[in-house]
Amino acid sequence: MALGSVIGCAGQNGSNSAIDNPASRDFTSPRGNNVRSNSGKQLLVGVVYDSGGLGDKSFNDSAHAGIIRAKKDFGIEEKSIESKSEKDFEGNLTGMADAGCDLVVAVGITQQKALEAVAPKYPNVKFAIVDAPVSAPNVRSLLFTEHEGSFLAGYLAGLTTKTNKVGFVGGMEIPLIKKFQAGYEAGVKTANPSAEVLPAKYTGNWDSQDKAKVAANLLFTSGADIVYHAAGRAGLGVISAAKEQGKYAIGVDSDQDDVEKGSVLTSMIKRVDEAVYQTVKDLNEGKFTPGNKVYDLKAGGVGLSEMRFTKDKIGKENLDKVKAITAKIIKGDIKVPSNQEELAKYEQKLTAK
Amino acid sequence: MDFAFLLVTAAPLIYAALGEVIGQRSGVLNIGIEGMMLVGAFFGFLVAGKTGSWPLGFGIGAACGLLLAIISSVFTVKLAADQVVVGTAINFLALGVTGLGFRRAYGQSGQLLTSPELPRIWGIDPMLVVAFLLIPLVWWLIQRTKWGLALRGCGEYPAAVETSGFSVNRIRIQALLFGGMLAGLGGAYLSLAVAGSFAEGMTAGRGFLAIALVTFGRWRPIWVALAALALGYAQSLQYSLQGRPIFGVVIPAQIWLGLPYVVSLLVLIFVGSGTVTPQALGKPYRKEG
Repeated sequence: MALGSVIGCAGQNGSNSAIDNPASRDFTSPRGNNVRSNSGKQLLVGVVYDSGGLGDKSFNDSAHAGIIRAKKDFGIEEKSIESKSEKDFEGNLTGMADAGCDLVVAVGITQQKALEAVAPKYPNVKFAIVDAPVSAPNVRSLLFTEHEGSFLAGYLAGLTTKTNKVGFVGGMEIPLIKKFQAGYEAGVKTANPSAEVLPAKYTGNWDSQDKAKVAANLLFTSGADIVYHAAGRAGLGVISAAKEQGKYAIGVDSDQDDVEKGSVLTSMIKRVDEAVYQTVKDLNEGKFTPGNKVYDLKAGGVGLSEMRFTKDKIGKENLDKVKAITAKIIKGDIKVPSNQEELAKYEQKLTAK
Repeated sequence: MDFAFLLVTAAPLIYAALGEVIGQRSGVLNIGIEGMMLVGAFFGFLVAGKTGSWPLGFGIGAACGLLLAIISSVFTVKLAADQVVVGTAINFLALGVTGLGFRRAYGQSGQLLTSPELPRIWGIDPMLVVAFLLIPLVWWLIQRTKWGLALRGCGEYPAAVETSGFSVNRIRIQALLFGGMLAGLGGAYLSLAVAGSFAEGMTAGRGFLAIALVTFGRWRPIWVALAALALGYAQSLQYSLQGRPIFGVVIPAQIWLGLPYVVSLLVLIFVGSGTVTPQALGKPYRKEG
């Protein structure tokens, strides 16, 4: 445990050095001619990534993609920092605000407490947080209906499983990830009432690919042929296990289908990139508003990937069924459960039918 | 529960704890074992992954553990520095080096971490066999060889060993290097055979668990190995118990994730250290006169 705290310090030192040189925005940027900001000055956007970090091919990378797009379209300047542990968040967020960022994006629910502490101290800085509601007059919360997207992933898994057993590997066991799990299980049961969802496994963090891999291997050897992960970078371990065992993983957050072509059945895409992009866009146009912004299935905030590499194996019939059920959710005919209690009720209703 | 899986999860602990037994019997408390495991895990995984050869991975893992042990021995034995302080420094060094190396090698690319599969029969791989062969071998080394006698002497009453013509410091260095090599192998086993993957700080206290196991096993290789199996059982159990209802109640994953640590803590509370502790443990030896 002592080791953890030291990594934490290292992270903070790293953060300091990253913010030591904020002066660049006071000078005319080489990209100055790209600037289309209304106020005429170049926006500085700070991004604090969570412990999975860049290169997770999932959650953080999705936020990063949104920033890159915003950079291209609005000529903003970006400042980013990865966090090693939860102790880093407050320091990193404060550092970004001190460095004169116009907008600071906190990527990940684990930053909720840190942002609640930091945001009131910088009333002139705008903040955005992905996945957690933080109510403050200068914070926009970017929320997603992960249960709806996960329902589709589970529905597809239920349609395509050959062993009638599927599994789930989560990162931290928190309500957010339980939401993925509940939606997924409901989806599986809706498609295939006789399919079994094996007991879910958790790695306890977002970066231990080793633990996720051992957990996925265990699920595969217990008979599952499809394992869905909601574990950020750690989830790459699930894909790696699927590849080695010749089974399927389901990716999360970003389109992970190409992480290992043919081993990822589909990915539950959560458009963190779009949410981050829109936030920057709104700020750029002077339309930044605080409060919750929910990105749901209807708005295209969540959904399944194109399944470029698995389409043929899944078959048109199954894909059509997924399309049909998607329409039902959007119309409101199906209310997808978002926690264990709602799931229990949902399953009761299913068996009653 | 798969019996082979239990043996596989216990093996890194067996490697590391056997190495620690040798070191502690000579009077050196190797706190740096955690770091030695970690470098073994990372560099073993890196090399095996890049070359596709698992034996090479284990070789590199052992070599890296050995290298750290050499550094450690210079300070703890030659310069008679505090063993706990040096060991702690070694751990931080390993954490930094492997963290940096990991980010350099795999960092933002997001590529899948895969390592060459070890050949397995009924879930048993060659390095697992080696781990279990080491148990009698280490026992034999300590109890049945002249070197072992001198080694035990170094841990109990070094002055007597020195007067009978052995060099205490040389034996302690040998013991530490042997232990470092085993810790490196244990680390490589963790990344290559248990996980097939690497994560920063993935040893997650296993080195410290190994130190606890040595106390628990009363500095006897066979008991230490049995203790490692018990702890390995707790570690493998948590994976299969997660999410499974017990008397209708699903216990939160966090509790299962903490299980191995709780078990080792309880064990230490109830066993503690006793009269069998090597008397000169942790004390640097300086020649008199």
